[in-house]
Amino acid sequence: MAATETYPDELKYHKEHDWARIEGEEALLGITWFAQDALGELVHYEPPKEGDTIKRDSAYGEVESVKAVSDVIAPLSGEVLEVNTKVVDEPETVNADPYGEGWLVRIRLSDPAEADTLLEVDAYKQVVAES
Amino acid sequence: MAQTLQRTPIHDRHVALDARLVPFAGWEMPVQYEGVIPEVRAVRGDAGVFDVSHMGELEVEGPRATELLQATLSNDLARIGPGQAQYTLLTNERGGIIDDLIAYKLDDFRYLLIVNASNREADFQWLKERELPGSDVRDVSDQYALLAVQGPRAIERLGLPEAQAFTFAEGEIDGVQCMVNRTGYTGEDGCELLAMAEDGAELWDRVVRRGAVPCGLGARDTLRLEVCYPLHGNDITPDTDAISAGLGWACALDKEFTGANALRETKARGPERKLVPFVMEEKAVPRQGMDVDGGGVVTSGTHSPMLDRGIGLAYLPAATAVPDAEISIDVRGRKRRARVVKRPIYKREENS
Repeated sequence: MAATETYPDELKYHKEHDWARIEGEEALLGITWFAQDALGELVHYEPPKEGDTIKRDSAYGEVESVKAVSDVIAPLSGEVLEVNTKVVDEPETVNADPYGEGWLVRIRLSDPAEADTLLEVDAYKQVVAES
Repeated sequence: MAQTLQRTPIHDRHVALDARLVPFAGWEMPVQYEGVIPEVRAVRGDAGVFDVSHMGELEVEGPRATELLQATLSNDLARIGPGQAQYTLLTNERGGIIDDLIAYKLDDFRYLLIVNASNREADFQWLKERELPGSDVRDVSDQYALLAVQGPRAIERLGLPEAQAFTFAEGEIDGVQCMVNRTGYTGEDGCELLAMAEDGAELWDRVVRRGAVPCGLGARDTLRLEVCYPLHGNDITPDTDAISAGLGWACALDKEFTGANALRETKARGPERKLVPFVMEEKAVPRQGMDVDGGGVVTSGTHSPMLDRGIGLAYLPAATAVPDAEISIDVRGRKRRARVVKRPIYKREENS
């Protein structure tokens, strides 16, 4: 059920093990393979509300495994347009597909230039190697 | 903290299986292999094997061994004979719980106590200080490996005969000699196998070859909580008494033992607070230390794979510590509804 370790090239990464898939003025956010593996099987996702404003480097939600709870850090600032209700109902979706069906929120970017502060895949892999 | 962790005789096997190893009570122990949820399901549906060699074994021997244990343990050893075992508590003067353990009566003059890893030294010291001439207490933990094989098919997979719970006998698994104890910490049928330390890894291999799924401490904790077995250090401590913890059934208040008077008083007066199981009515995972509205505290909490919701144990004021009472738990600043339920939280009948 668990995915194999991957870090897609087309994503931008935050050192707190979060990813962003930027599409124009919007982005999908989620946690990386490394984050879900460290937590183990997820059993709860505490999402923000649609319409909430989230801020880069700040917690916007929580993911919880059988043994531990962890804040989810926003890699980018913006307004929450959509919460992934599939993950609310079946948190293990994140373990199975962290970059696909396991996305956590869709946001409208408030400052698209923030994307330049994020890590490219090779730099993020370096972070993982040193964790 | 640069402290050397102890390793069980099965350690190499855990490494070979790529288990996630964590420090626990001074030991390096497997918390999970494949994952807590599949491991819980294996034990509920078939058979799982746990390395619990970190647990302590104390031997109490001599013509006055029974006298020493009757004066220090809460349950009545006169109720069991050789070949039988008993769940019991080591209590302090206030009726607080120093440890919970299983006493195995080897013969009229010899007992084996299997105790929690984190309390091994405290238990040993407590008993050693109270030794009588003619009762010798020894810590023999390092001599043994202990494997718990649990699940509805555990006994069948091991090729063992059926036997009553809380009995034990000499036995062997594919040629490895061991003491076969019909005890466990999961609420399932099964046994705990006590072997010489040097035979431990071989016994593990044979049990796994017979189809038991390797399971870690994470699954063990979830399984015990689903059936409301208390965990010492969380739900019961030297500062919590047996009556409030719902363990009055393991206290023979008609005999004398350390703390019996305090426990009789608590029982007569009625405890102010009680340890009760609860299930979440909203999505949230309760955790140890969370406050309950109206005065109360969660002592154990997790996500139950069998119920697919949050479950736990909490000390509540006696008035709300009744089945069906609605409670509200402070989950990191958010109030989440839960309901007090009867023990156990998980019962097989509901799900078969």
